[in-house]
Amino acid sequence: MDKVVDLREAVGELVRDGISVALEGFTHLIPSAAAHEIIRQGKRHLTLIRMTPDLIYDQMIGMGCADKLIFSWGGNPGVGSLHRFRDAIENGWPRPLEIEEHSHAGMANRYVAGASNLPFAVLRGYVGTDLPEVTETIAPVRCPFTGEQLMAVPALNPDVTIIHAQQADRKGNVAIWGITGIQKEAALAAERVIVTVEEVVEKFEPKPFQIVLPSVAVDAVCAVPGGAYPSYAHGYYPRDNTFYEEWDGISREREKFLQWMERHVLEVEDYASHLKSIRKEEVIKA
Amino acid sequence: MSAYTADEMMSIAAARELKDGVVCFVGIGLPSEAANLARKTHAPGAILVYESGAIGARPEVLPLSIGDGELAEYADSVVSVPEIFNYWLQAGRIDVGFLGAAQIDRYGNLNTTVIGDYRTPKVRLPGAGGAPEIAASAKEVIVMLRHKRRAFVERLDFITSVGHLEGGESRKGLGYPGAGPVAVITDLGVLRPDPESRELTLTALHPGVSVDDVQRETGWKLRVSEDLETTEPPAREELEVLRELKARTEASRKGAGRITG
Repeated sequence: MDKVVDLREAVGELVRDGISVALEGFTHLIPSAAAHEIIRQGKRHLTLIRMTPDLIYDQMIGMGCADKLIFSWGGNPGVGSLHRFRDAIENGWPRPLEIEEHSHAGMANRYVAGASNLPFAVLRGYVGTDLPEVTETIAPVRCPFTGEQLMAVPALNPDVTIIHAQQADRKGNVAIWGITGIQKEAALAAERVIVTVEEVVEKFEPKPFQIVLPSVAVDAVCAVPGGAYPSYAHGYYPRDNTFYEEWDGISREREKFLQWMERHVLEVEDYASHLKSIRKEEVIKA
Repeated sequence: MSAYTADEMMSIAAARELKDGVVCFVGIGLPSEAANLARKTHAPGAILVYESGAIGARPEVLPLSIGDGELAEYADSVVSVPEIFNYWLQAGRIDVGFLGAAQIDRYGNLNTTVIGDYRTPKVRLPGAGGAPEIAASAKEVIVMLRHKRRAFVERLDFITSVGHLEGGESRKGLGYPGAGPVAVITDLGVLRPDPESRELTLTALHPGVSVDDVQRETGWKLRVSEDLETTEPPAREELEVLRELKARTEASRKGAGRITG
């Protein structure tokens, strides 16, 4: 079965208003192109899930796509604040944003439980912090064998998980190498999975620290070269640190942010035109 | 001896805390700078672990983010995020956790979540990330932050990561394997917990800094050790290596992502 489809079609069909969506990536391979497609298609009332919501979550939140965010660290790595994320939490702009906040260990284990079809995961953490007071999805549990008091967190099962990878074949097997983060667990925990890739290939070559997500776990493969920019795709292009720094200025004021989104996301066809419109298409040359 | 800045003194003092061969869980920013300085000077055998999954990372330039390609490129291994937190951190394989924070209190508890009320925050900070479990499970924790009155507060707005909780034996009651903070390194000096009360005590001043300077930037009545020491100023090699590392990082950052093949 050929799973290669157009990104617009995949997002249009699978990402419905009101569902929960995880666009995962731990600094590496962030599915930026898919987030832009969600914004362009005007998706609303989403519950967004991500360990490290970054620029694309700032964009989706600022464009009013999200009602709720489940996360563990929301910042612009090495730069500072996510201004749209902060504006939504501090001032309810453009709409109030409900938050469900965990630690990385909590989120990682929630995905593991989700991928394992278990109702919850157990970890040694959270005790003594203020997180259990503000987050309902953290609760104490006692080990039935040793009596040790531990913390439980419920499984995360996103309606749709979207990840970006280096390569896929037409059947939908997906090859990811370098830092693979939480992508495998996020994909296996989800009802449906969209994978954008740098390229569709006939056959995978072995790479250091490579994992392969088998096709049975994947619903749609979309070829989007450069689709992780301004994050990086190991073996294809480096992280554009300068863009992360520039985002601080672009996103600080509501008006400037909206104008930028209008010009570079809403008014363009697809991610290739977005990259052209921000005049960085040369970066993406493989 | 060339002059040095307070920030350089802080990084060098923090680097000196790491013994050769130590397995160190490294946060991004100041801790990453200090850990890599240690690796490039007196602790070449230090194993740096980053929460993105890189174990035994040997970055030539300092990563801007916790998952930069630089970390995977020269690592002993790269594992998934659940493995890092479960098999490495929670399992007790980390000797030292190296953390930063927005706020710290007298018992070394840390806040990286929010300034003001949680539901109606004055400033929403990024949040917990990996810090709560690093603070819980690393055998020892070293905290690094600039010494400012707004950071060294009488009462945290939010406890994101536990230090010595309310002092004394109170941390023990939480059931965590790690010993908690053993040192807080700032740009003014070094604080260590009192062996009994666990209250942070000023044990060393960096050269040219007075106790009054530190008290002025501390939001509680500071305890000062009877054996207050003065930090050894940066050695030439320490300064050279630190500056080289930062210069390489700066040069690479300017070029990264804009270079075409």
